[in-house]
Amino acid sequence: MSNERASSAAPVKFYQTGTFTVGNRLLDAQQRSVQASTERNNSLTSGHRACQGCGEALGARYAIDAAMRATNGQLIAANATGCLEVFSTPYPETSWQLPWLHSLFGNAAAVGTGIAAALRVKARKAGLAQSAVRVIAQGGDGGTTDIGFGCLSGMFERNDDVLYICYDNEAYMNTGVQRSSATPFAARTNTTMAVGPRPGEEAGQGKNLPRIAMAHEIPYVATATVADLRDLEAKVEKAMGMHGARYLHILVPCPLGWGAASCDTIKLARLARETGIFPVFEAERGEVTQVTRIRHHVPVEEYLKPQKRFAHLFGPKGHPDMLAQIQAQADRNIRRYGLLDQETVA
Amino acid sequence: MLRQMEGSRAVAEAVALCRPEVICAYPISPQTHIVEGLGEMVKSGQVADCEFINVESEFAAMSVAIGSSATGARTYTATASQGLLFMAEAVYNASGLGLPIVMTIANRAIGAPINIWNDHSDSMSQRDCGWIQLFAESNQEALDLHIQAFKLAEELSMPVMVCMDGFILTHAYERVDIPKQAEVDAFLPPYEPRQVLDPAEPVSIGAMVGPEAFMEVRYLAHAKQLTALDVIPRISEEFADRFGRASGGLVRGYLTADADTIVVALGSVIGTLKDTIDDMRADGIRIGVLGIQSFRPFPLAAVRTALQHATNVVVLEKSFCVGLGGVVSTDVRLALSGLQLHGYTVVAGLGGRAITKASLQRTLREAIAGTLQPLTFMDLDWRIVNRQLAREAQMRRSGPIAESLLRDVGPIAAKVI
Repeated sequence: MSNERASSAAPVKFYQTGTFTVGNRLLDAQQRSVQASTERNNSLTSGHRACQGCGEALGARYAIDAAMRATNGQLIAANATGCLEVFSTPYPETSWQLPWLHSLFGNAAAVGTGIAAALRVKARKAGLAQSAVRVIAQGGDGGTTDIGFGCLSGMFERNDDVLYICYDNEAYMNTGVQRSSATPFAARTNTTMAVGPRPGEEAGQGKNLPRIAMAHEIPYVATATVADLRDLEAKVEKAMGMHGARYLHILVPCPLGWGAASCDTIKLARLARETGIFPVFEAERGEVTQVTRIRHHVPVEEYLKPQKRFAHLFGPKGHPDMLAQIQAQADRNIRRYGLLDQETVA
Repeated sequence: MLRQMEGSRAVAEAVALCRPEVICAYPISPQTHIVEGLGEMVKSGQVADCEFINVESEFAAMSVAIGSSATGARTYTATASQGLLFMAEAVYNASGLGLPIVMTIANRAIGAPINIWNDHSDSMSQRDCGWIQLFAESNQEALDLHIQAFKLAEELSMPVMVCMDGFILTHAYERVDIPKQAEVDAFLPPYEPRQVLDPAEPVSIGAMVGPEAFMEVRYLAHAKQLTALDVIPRISEEFADRFGRASGGLVRGYLTADADTIVVALGSVIGTLKDTIDDMRADGIRIGVLGIQSFRPFPLAAVRTALQHATNVVVLEKSFCVGLGGVVSTDVRLALSGLQLHGYTVVAGLGGRAITKASLQRTLREAIAGTLQPLTFMDLDWRIVNRQLAREAQMRRSGPIAESLLRDVGPIAAKVI
């Protein structure tokens, strides 16, 4: 059913229907992934210290290279403290092949605002309507949903000309896997231990930042995962074609923090989408404009089981009630965003 | 041109003359009139090619300033008190990155208890943050110091705080001489950054530095402050040559040459001290005052030279180290190490407590007589202090301190004496 739907919507038949995973080389040159081009910028170039299978490094490489192509290389990035900052710039080396500024953990969005303001003045002094140079601010979920939340909301509210990218791996991985406000229900971290009658994270669902961003009615909000990198690139490209505050929330599995195999990063990101746990959509001015439908709907257990952070939910001493709660959250996402065709919704 | 105006307006006019490119504003008393004035000037077009950004916190104000300064824009902000503490992490970051931001501190007390009036606790809390800290004695000096501050900051590539007493200066109407735009342009060249975020020459700024080079990076910040000890007087002299008046510099003495007793102070209280000293001089007392204009870098040599011939040194300060004594006194003592002098710390004016000529004269005469305590809290109301101490000795649940004291003070609480 979903296979038919996907293939009828796509202009080219792919080996893996409906994705660009294998079919990239079958596309026209301009449709191909930025990463497929030898002309790509390698903005986050090789040699950095990210873990094997790091979803954040993968997401950042695709996102920033796509933004570099969209802006013709006229891009400046502000980076929050976190894994992405630490693994990319151990003194005296840097992996960044674009102007890049790391200031603090909680201020990347405000630093982005400052860069954009300076560029606006310089453009005006040069007699230009607007600056050719564009701005990205980026951080992990801690730097975005917790400590950087105030600055981010301020940047949204003022509609500053910044694309903010959150690489969400659902905990403070850089400091050794502690809970953030993006940590999902029941997940084990080093501050939400898998002990007691309600093991793991006890709060409901994590802070839903894409919806909070939408509530600011900013021009563009999108979610993406590293399972569908062409989709991620397309969203970055779309965002860079717009002005004002834009927000991109990318789910980036973390093998270390999630207790998953390094080779499963893409698979887990895909399962997060296919279970309905992580809805992939776009919104403009607070209205959802596009959703990525689930192709092979699977129960949440398939996503949770390969991750040791959820191991306490399974087995003879498992917690079927907590599992049911996670399934209910996924089902709610499916209803809310219309992730399945009507007739297939149970 | 001489004009009668509020101190905050004078500072706004001075900043406007410096052709700022990005100003970030978050309101806190008593800084508000400065950024309100600038906001109006930017919006009306009086200040051209400038972005005025209303941010959501002081932390954001300094963060926006970091971003714009690193992108090569001349950047200004202003704050005070709790606001300075709230932005503290970014304050250290701006100096660590070597970004020449200029910030006004409208000096105000720090809570709890919350208090909006003047003392120097706020900027003193950031004395080790790596910023240059200049203190203004008058509104004219505050105006002048801002023009000097941009030149100083950009020449050294390090940020500068211009500290002026909240309300006492910021809200006082005085006659000030406002320079012409052409004069300021001739004094202050356009900002040429040492480092800049530019796609044509991509650099990474703000890399992680481990034990292999961290101490060297920190030492270089100190070396820059030592350089500032030479640059500050030079800029002050150049300013005097162009504008015809002395402002800024490291220290400024008043009747210190033959003085047996010298009072050391910062900010607007120097004016009250000069009047007090004139009165005491009329009685034949050889007393003078040494004003410190540059608190960071601290001019150890200049302070020592000015004070070494005195018998008594009284440091009058509007801040103190809880559990130790004076903040400024500690630095003055370092400048005088090895010298046999009678040193006194007088903590005065905390939270806006008025510093009167009468109290000063009484205190200074005690110092000269040798009866002053080494650490004195001028005009402290021992009656209510002792009553609270007794209350705490009597009962466990003695209640909130500030509220208890206000009850003891009674209806005279509104009188700031």
